[in-house]
Amino acid sequence: MSILGTRVLRTEDPRFLTTGGVYTEDVTDDRLTGACYVFFVRSPLAHARITGIDTSAALEAPGVIAVYTGADLADLPKVVPPMALLNANMRGELLATDVVRFVGDAVAAVVTEEMYQGEDAMELVSIDYEPLPVVIDLDDALANKTILFEEAGTNVVAEFGNSGSLKPDLFDGCEVVVSRTFANQRVAPAPMESRSAAAVWGDDGRLTTWIPNQGAQGTKGSLAKMLGIEPEKVRVITPDVGGAFGAKFGADPEHVVVAWIAQQLGRPARWNETRYENLIAMTHGRGQRHTITIGGSPDGNVEAYRLEIVQDSGAYPRLGAVLPFLTILMAVGPYEIPKAEAIAVSVATNTTPTGAYRGAGRPEATAAIERAFDLFAAEIEMDPAEVRRRNLLPPFTQTHTTKFGANYDSGDYVAALDKALDAAGYDKLRDEQARRRANNDIVQLGIGVACYVEITGGGDGDDEGPSENATVEVHPDGTATILTGTSPHGQGHSTAWAMIASEELGIPVENFTLKWGDTDLIPEGGGTGGSRSLQQGGAAVQQASRELIDVARERAATALEASAADLRFNVERSAFEMAGDPDASVRLTELAVEERLFVRSVFTAPDATYPFGTHVAVAEVDTQTGKATLRNVVTVDDAGIVLNPLLAEGQRHGGIAQGAAQALCEEVVYDADGNPLTASFADYPIVSATELPSFDLATMETPTTYNPLGAKGIGEAGTIGATPATQSAVIDAIAHLGVRHVEMPTTPMRIWRAIQAAKAEKTNNNHQGESSAGACDAAGSESA
Amino acid sequence: MIPAQFDYVLAESAEHAVALLAENGDDAKVLAGGHSLLPMMKLRLAAPEVLIDITRAGLSGISVDGDELVIGATTRHADVASSDLIKTDAPLLAHSASLVGDPQIRHRGTIGGSLAHADPAADLPMALVALGGSMELRGPDGSRVVLADDFFTGFFETALEEGELLTAVRVPRRPDDPWGYQKFVRRANDWAIVGVAATGGRVALANMGSTPLRATATEQALASGADPAQAAEFAAEGTSPAADIHADAEYRRHLARVLTERALSGQRS
Amino acid sequence: MRVELTVNDAARSDEIEPRLLLVHYLREVCGLRAANIGCDTTSCGACTVLLNGESVKSCTVLTAQANGAEVITAEGLASDGELHPVQRAFRAEHGLQCGFCTPGMVMATVGLLKENPHPTEQQVREGLEGNLCRCTGYHNIVRAVLAAARDDHAGGSGGSSSRVNTAVTA
Repeated sequence: MSILGTRVLRTEDPRFLTTGGVYTEDVTDDRLTGACYVFFVRSPLAHARITGIDTSAALEAPGVIAVYTGADLADLPKVVPPMALLNANMRGELLATDVVRFVGDAVAAVVTEEMYQGEDAMELVSIDYEPLPVVIDLDDALANKTILFEEAGTNVVAEFGNSGSLKPDLFDGCEVVVSRTFANQRVAPAPMESRSAAAVWGDDGRLTTWIPNQGAQGTKGSLAKMLGIEPEKVRVITPDVGGAFGAKFGADPEHVVVAWIAQQLGRPARWNETRYENLIAMTHGRGQRHTITIGGSPDGNVEAYRLEIVQDSGAYPRLGAVLPFLTILMAVGPYEIPKAEAIAVSVATNTTPTGAYRGAGRPEATAAIERAFDLFAAEIEMDPAEVRRRNLLPPFTQTHTTKFGANYDSGDYVAALDKALDAAGYDKLRDEQARRRANNDIVQLGIGVACYVEITGGGDGDDEGPSENATVEVHPDGTATILTGTSPHGQGHSTAWAMIASEELGIPVENFTLKWGDTDLIPEGGGTGGSRSLQQGGAAVQQASRELIDVARERAATALEASAADLRFNVERSAFEMAGDPDASVRLTELAVEERLFVRSVFTAPDATYPFGTHVAVAEVDTQTGKATLRNVVTVDDAGIVLNPLLAEGQRHGGIAQGAAQALCEEVVYDADGNPLTASFADYPIVSATELPSFDLATMETPTTYNPLGAKGIGEAGTIGATPATQSAVIDAIAHLGVRHVEMPTTPMRIWRAIQAAKAEKTNNNHQGESSAGACDAAGSESA
Repeated sequence: MIPAQFDYVLAESAEHAVALLAENGDDAKVLAGGHSLLPMMKLRLAAPEVLIDITRAGLSGISVDGDELVIGATTRHADVASSDLIKTDAPLLAHSASLVGDPQIRHRGTIGGSLAHADPAADLPMALVALGGSMELRGPDGSRVVLADDFFTGFFETALEEGELLTAVRVPRRPDDPWGYQKFVRRANDWAIVGVAATGGRVALANMGSTPLRATATEQALASGADPAQAAEFAAEGTSPAADIHADAEYRRHLARVLTERALSGQRS
Repeated sequence: MRVELTVNDAARSDEIEPRLLLVHYLREVCGLRAANIGCDTTSCGACTVLLNGESVKSCTVLTAQANGAEVITAEGLASDGELHPVQRAFRAEHGLQCGFCTPGMVMATVGLLKENPHPTEQQVREGLEGNLCRCTGYHNIVRAVLAAARDDHAGGSGGSSSRVNTAVTA
């Protein structure tokens, strides 16, 4: 019986549950004995010139070994944008010497003997700043009145198309045209484990560093580049990682400074970020402003769509500045729209740099077009699910290429919609909604529907196609080891890859050990992100396992003095048997005794895959207070064949929770001076179990042919669907009052304001003796 | 994350604590559960040089004194919330304590600590004002009782004089008084964006000013025979709500009215 | 100053500075690193342990305040190599992913079930309001707590020699 597709419990759990995971802050290693502790002094101003740094008092403080500033690091390379298409003149420093550009920009590093001495010493570092004008608003940034990087002469980090490329006649012939501008607001990835590093240099002149990350090989490359040394001199080890969500890729300036300090002092150095630091200095997610225009006919047919994006890059260009490329790629979603165009500009502001966050550019695309569809549906007074059904691409199994160049591999979007609506009891929900509206209930019900398709496992742009490697080895004692280029941080690869290999080799799941994240052991790998791991990393494990059987077969033939063609591998017994004489057999593990039995294999996928689904969110809104409560989320998330439903469901739950939380309450807020107002968990509202309901997950598996597992990526799908579904549900709850839109997050105050504005609009219209229907975007346009 | 250095001393009795306070002046702060003080110290918003731990000074416990309940200052929120005496005689107080923070916080935080901290957005200061309770203070010159109405003097400020210790809290025993409570939050363990506690003709508001406030106009309307909906219209009169990331002043005033009506109708959240 | 307390049933006596937070005492002095630090505002609960049988956030307790007390951490729950029913339930229901919040979540659950052995789903969600998780969306954590309350998994995981059955399935 196949183990694939079954709910295997995680083999990694007993350790996590008893002694706990070993995260970077927990690592105890002989090489780190006598480590000193690093603390970063950060700018309290969003934009300022440094006019003086006085470290003398700090140097006198108990336990202080050194205090470093940017001047000490002058020989190291400047921090440059990570990609060529980003404005190369926007360069930063590991520790700012001249200008600080966001609250949190690191200016000095204090090094102490003991952990508890650091904050005492930090207070004594005295830095003088001359404030500069602060740029927070996106339009201010685009206006270039205050330029963040003199060398660049502009705040524009990158452009993806431009307004000149837009067709002025795109909406000609559309009877109904709706346009709106809204935010996909900045959020904080906020993994429960903040950033950390431990670093030590060996007598061989090599750096060994423990860093929580999403891909040790990429981190190694980034570190080497930022230190200005050869990559071979760097070994990255990845301990257990307490969540990442896209924000722990590569290396951050802090990791580099810690490594440099360890080298300077000739002793190990450690750094553990506080939550305050994490919320202001780890890259933020999202931060796009969207202007959508959608046009079509009153029968529900959408004929044209335009998306214009402004991406807030923050103070230094990081991955976030590039994400609009993916947003544009996925702009048209699962729909068939005859005419569509999208452009984007990324601009620098005096805020925390933006980076990837679960979905990384694709949630934004879905949120934009789903909001557009809802606005269109409201305008033509058609059920939003019906409008979607009329415009979804019909089912396909051959590649469908969109006008933005995405090659959707397989999809049945209408089936996903129908399945989700059915599972949600959509018609009954509409009945309940109608009853509450007729009764004028204080608490109203809203239903939001979001259809999405997303891209997973995208390659790095070379001709070969995205790939991953795996090494599978069988040991004589009956155990087995897998080396993977992926980098799990909660996804359960130890169990999942063992299942795959177990299926091929007949060795029990619990006999496998998975290794990852040590660049000396596994020099190549793509890490874990973009929902790539199963479809490439898992496929590589399967391929390596199959190739191992081939290698073993030859050995078995020798051992049994038979020809390989006469042998059959009995997976149940994990043994090769002679056809027709099962007693003549040799176990797989026996074939590892004389010579090691292992295979390294690289699996190359033809292309990225495109999972899809539909989310239905049900929300209740207290129309007196404005408070919205999520009652339920029902989803179809079709990511092809499911390897382990337990793990897949867990990924969906987590994604849904983060997606819904963005719609309902999360937002990084800055005041006009660039001071972060949500720099703690008291102010940045990570929700608890009390704020969320249970979720209902429906199963749908439309395979891909791009890997033998038939699998696409599931990790980010939940986030992508849940955000627009939840926002839509909240708006839907008060749509009958005339509200068309509420900005995310849909805080109680915003909801209340939207209701008040709609009421006022109605009153005005009544007074003018005109009908209040058909108000395009004026009603409910209030956003706090 | 790490507090500045301090000396730690354990008070053996209330008298001892008062003596220690006198000895150290404003270099010292009283430590009970530590769940108002330690978070501030960890963020270095407070840096006392001496902490006087009063949790073993015999100041916890719940008892009856005639028509009042007497609750020792170091009685923990969890114990206030689960006390049968309090649930019977002052159920609003038990309910209020059950909403402070989260279970872990309630296992440590104390009624005295919360009241002395005097956060205008907190549950217990509002509850004490609604109940018409009082605070027993002990100083070098002896003891005195201050009404809850007079105890909260400003933003995180109380009537406690230098060297005085809050030793007990008194609330009237009114088992039959209807009561209502509204704590409007985004997340369960947040402080109230606006809070309302109503019982026995008194209505107290949290986070509508620099201290818990009485909605006196509402109380007068009630006394004149108005129903909850009518009386609640006046709930925001005399308040000066601040604006923050959760709410501006106008929205807070609106919430005060809506939540007051609900509290007056006996609703509890 | 000197403190004497019992940690996971072992008596300890240590010289500490007054400002040493209990979480750092457990991690750095006792070497018990299951409790994690996830925030600086007493919000996340990753540091939750039992103090005299009740759940507390050890980041907001001074070691000095725990003088004379009994502390139990996640490492002290399992006995004789057998997972505690709450730990078993978390595994059975896939109530953990990255594991960072897990020891705190498990200890908060032990505390919750002590005070309310048969909670409703709503009571579970409210009982865990002091413990934040970014990975699971709480769905399976809630299932795990309810399962632990029913002690569904008191019988253990079983096992056989076949390669399918030895992998424990939910």
